[in-house]
Amino acid sequence: MINPRFSRAGFVLCLTALALAGFHSPAQAQESPYIVAYDHYLEEPGSLELEYFSTFGTQRNGNDFHSFWVELEYGATAWWTTELYLDGQTTFNDSTIFTGFRLENRFRLLQREHFINPVFYFEYEQINGADKILKEDEGHDVEADYAVPNGLARKEHNHELEFKLLLSKNVKGWNFAENTLAAKNVTGGNPWEFGYAVGASRPLALKASAKRCNFCRENFVAGIEMYGGLGDRHSFGLHETSQYVAPVVAWNMPSSWTLRLSPGFGLNDNSHTFLLRWGVSREFSGFGASVARMLGGHK
Amino acid sequence: MASKPRISFLKSGGLLLALALFAPLATAQKESVPAPKDDSVYAELAKAPKKAAGRRNPMEHDPEAVAAGANLFDQHCAECHGATAEGGRKGPSLLAPQVQQATSGTLFWILTNGVVRRGMPVWSKLPEPQRWQLVSYIKSLGAAGKPSQ
Repeated sequence: MINPRFSRAGFVLCLTALALAGFHSPAQAQESPYIVAYDHYLEEPGSLELEYFSTFGTQRNGNDFHSFWVELEYGATAWWTTELYLDGQTTFNDSTIFTGFRLENRFRLLQREHFINPVFYFEYEQINGADKILKEDEGHDVEADYAVPNGLARKEHNHELEFKLLLSKNVKGWNFAENTLAAKNVTGGNPWEFGYAVGASRPLALKASAKRCNFCRENFVAGIEMYGGLGDRHSFGLHETSQYVAPVVAWNMPSSWTLRLSPGFGLNDNSHTFLLRWGVSREFSGFGASVARMLGGHK
Repeated sequence: MASKPRISFLKSGGLLLALALFAPLATAQKESVPAPKDDSVYAELAKAPKKAAGRRNPMEHDPEAVAAGANLFDQHCAECHGATAEGGRKGPSLLAPQVQQATSGTLFWILTNGVVRRGMPVWSKLPEPQRWQLVSYIKSLGAAGKPSQ
């Protein structure tokens, strides 16, 4: 059964999405194909990116699930991007529930491009134990944790702080990204947990076509990402962690829409055997200026 | 009992949520002031290292580079610099002599590194050939504006 509070939130989100669809946005998104890893590029200042992601996951000794989240990503400045996530999930033969929200901020640390470009990432999460979006893998998160029925898992409330150092570099059209994360659940005496994500990707063509086109090769970016937990402060390492590898592909359309697809595969017995992720996003350039005008700012 | 989590949400999550939603917009309003009319906005051009400024545009003789660059400009740059590069609310005119007289290498360097402090993002996410195509287009605007002999 759908939680009424969740369906209200869904209704508000749909309404927001419809309102945003009215914005004129000539900008083509140039998004990376990664779903878990981050490169060093931030949202353009004043632009809002509305994203929906979905993950289907298999579950041994339990019910398969479909988790989903909505991201509102806003470029506050050229060096600061802020995001709001709203998470939910459906566990088959169980229920559909809203599982919480996340506030994320990314700060570019250096003004110019360098050999390696660092970005500092800070996130606050207020989620319950039934959250299954698997947006990151940390500590000793294993598949068995996700087999707990929703009714029981949602009673666990977590307030988590997460810090990441995002390193990224472009070479000959290739992007290489490496993320290291440290997270602390401030509810209870949980230890610091660690994780990582790495990725490599490249557009199928480096030159742009003279004519606008949807299916030109330069609009497609393909790559691969790998992510997993690295244990916690008391037992650092790969022991009893889950690990994944996932090919990724993104299709950046001239109409500002981006589609992403990524089949992921668990690399050990602690991981879900298969995760199928996809996402759709649209960029609204000039969103900040429009809001400023609405609020009576400059003309 | 049932209201306890809601109060907790309002105290912690709700406040954070409100801050997260409104603080960036307030920043945007503050930062998106009209582009300054003075020439200081072009000062960054002079900061290009000699080696970078001296780079030649490998797309110089590509017959499609200007058309491809025009498309890229429309998609990524027109929002700030104006549809015809005359300058917009956030970005300066690219028809100005400071830009048109700059070397291709300098413009490429600016595109690659951005001017983050002034709100121009880095555009190294566009592959190198696409940045050169953009340079070809920007340079073509100056050539088109020259009076015919």
